[in-house]
Amino acid sequence: MKKTKHQSLWITFFVLPGLLIVLIFIVAPLFLSMFNSLFSWKSIVRDQYVGLENFTRIFTQYPYKDRFYNAIGNNLQWFLSTMLIQNSLGLLFGYLLYKNIAGAAIYQRIFFIPVLFSIVAVGFLWNLYMNPNMGIINRLLKDVGLQSLTRAWLGDEALATPSIIAVNIWRWVGFPTLVFYAGFNTVPLEVVEASYLDGVGEGRLFTKIMFPLILPSVMVITVLTLIGSLNVFEQIYTMTGLEGGPYYSTDTLGTLFYRTAFGGVDSGIPQIGIGSAIGVVIYMLTFVASAISITAFKGKEVQL
Amino acid sequence: MIKKFLMGILMLLTAFTMFAGGSQEAVESENSAAMKEAVNLDFWSWRTEDVDIYDELIARFEKENPGITVNFTAYKNTEYNTVLSAAIKGGSGPDIIQLKPYGGLETYAQPGYLMPLEDKIPALKDFDENSLIGSTSISDGKIYGVPYASQTLVIFYNKAMYEELGLSIPETWDDFLSNLEVMKKAGITPLANGGKDGWTLEVLQGVICPNFYGANDFFNEITAGKTNFTDERYKKSLEKLLELRPYMPDNFMGISYTDMQMLFINEMAGHFIGGSWEAGYFSAQNPEMEYDVFAGPVAKAGDTRYASAFVDGSFGINSATAHPEEAVQFMNFMAGTEAGQFLTDKLKHKSDVPGVQFTDPFLKRLGELNENSTPYITLVGFRYEQPTGSSLIQNTLQGMLADTIDSDEVVRQVQEGVASWYKPFQ
Repeated sequence: MKKTKHQSLWITFFVLPGLLIVLIFIVAPLFLSMFNSLFSWKSIVRDQYVGLENFTRIFTQYPYKDRFYNAIGNNLQWFLSTMLIQNSLGLLFGYLLYKNIAGAAIYQRIFFIPVLFSIVAVGFLWNLYMNPNMGIINRLLKDVGLQSLTRAWLGDEALATPSIIAVNIWRWVGFPTLVFYAGFNTVPLEVVEASYLDGVGEGRLFTKIMFPLILPSVMVITVLTLIGSLNVFEQIYTMTGLEGGPYYSTDTLGTLFYRTAFGGVDSGIPQIGIGSAIGVVIYMLTFVASAISITAFKGKEVQL
Repeated sequence: MIKKFLMGILMLLTAFTMFAGGSQEAVESENSAAMKEAVNLDFWSWRTEDVDIYDELIARFEKENPGITVNFTAYKNTEYNTVLSAAIKGGSGPDIIQLKPYGGLETYAQPGYLMPLEDKIPALKDFDENSLIGSTSISDGKIYGVPYASQTLVIFYNKAMYEELGLSIPETWDDFLSNLEVMKKAGITPLANGGKDGWTLEVLQGVICPNFYGANDFFNEITAGKTNFTDERYKKSLEKLLELRPYMPDNFMGISYTDMQMLFINEMAGHFIGGSWEAGYFSAQNPEMEYDVFAGPVAKAGDTRYASAFVDGSFGINSATAHPEEAVQFMNFMAGTEAGQFLTDKLKHKSDVPGVQFTDPFLKRLGELNENSTPYITLVGFRYEQPTGSSLIQNTLQGMLADTIDSDEVVRQVQEGVASWYKPFQ
């Protein structure tokens, strides 16, 4: 179909504002940070071209090396926990909603409400809930006689990251639920009916028919989880602070990048070169991981 | 077709920029006409709490200096650095800048964004040497700011509780611990301090440790590179902090800075180990509460008792300001006794401006403690390049208080981190 001149003009007209925003706020800063990462910096002024030295420092020099590997470990923890817990829950909830369990319409809304909340407000509120001596969580535990289970949730190195992840799952589980629910609804009803007629059990129906047919949704959620996990920042910033405390246990690539590049109140002169290098590494990781998972899923997709 | 379309877009954009440029010029020429009448200075700060007080002070200046108006804008403390560096780099920075001390100053001083003030502000000659260190760049030794206040690290205690339990101000570490013990037995949380916010642990170290590591002697040795953080004296002084754990609130590793303040203000805890800057907030939140301060206890009776002190910040001038003369005029006002006295009375902070009188009993008390003051070690000496001594000690002390690492590991990490940029250690 050949578009008329008139049509093309209109299309361009509508695309242009979005394109400009993407160019100015996403593409340009991306290339600028790649450029900046190749220079040494004198506080906030670009100094000399140093090639890949900033990258070498991230991977080999104390303390960047220790902080970097520690942060990436935490990002990995975010990815695995989110995939295993949040997305499995989302899959379960999505399937239950699809099965139209009693009260499905209400649950659908309840699950999705926290997704609409501001991430900063959620972080702030849960910070209060998780307060060790006055927060609602430890209070409830005390009231039901589980005194021994009360913890300094966000102050305990072993529990801080899992606690923040738990909050994030609470906030975000409605999103995969919705996507999977929509996915299940695209499965043609004839297919389901035919399998019932053939006497396929509920379990086999899900694993052999429903799940393979919603793989595109699974791919979307996996890639989004990957991107989200590599870019975690606000949750940490609002709940345990820029240093990723206690003792770096909640530090992620996002917080490490921010405090290296911009410097906090206590963290010293900004290191924009190294900060940009960390930013570039985050971008590369996100890009490569997304590309790999997309190709992996493409091979497994089932065509009806 | 596409070519034509692109050309069209290009022309449109050019037209836009031309018009935009034109209108800007028009505005500027209008401005310069008006400028002969009034010069407008922008003044940026991170003290969102004090906007009214600064506005009042500025009104006095404007009355004495007709033709100059000063616009005071405060940004959120945690975002101040980011906003300021972006603005200064983009050429839209303010004329007058409230500057963080020591390392915080270097971000702007080293690239030449600040105006050296020694020859411009005569009053600087009368300032205390120690307070000028806070606004002197380590790279060229020039003074870039007028220091406005210094802070002292102290132990706040609840006077009513002390009276009720028959306690007196402790002199030695053992006296202090026994006071804490008495409070604990009486069912009161002895210390409000927790460990969730690492910087409160750095402060804790600043209050307690100097009297164990040898205060100024050690500070002078370590900054000269004659010793380093793995020194036994420093390590042993950190171990003292572990003895405070039994007196901290339950789950103290989850207690944040605001929790600490809340515990002390609501008289749920007997002591608050912190900085003199808390006083204004404490009094405002609970005017009924009677509190006082003492310096960190000493190892044995009769030892000189030191309190850590540091300059809170200074006021500097943007070297790219369009109105250097007026900015200097305003800065001379800020360095004068009138402004110093005003801010001291209103903000209850210990002004560094010479000639300021402390009528407030709390400030008088701080003055006494400052007779034996020692630089707040990690801030004054080692908060320059990344990783700063501050961020290293904050995180490692969290590890030590949670028993993840021992004091050997703390000093090893701090030393290795600081040595990566601190020349005397290399």
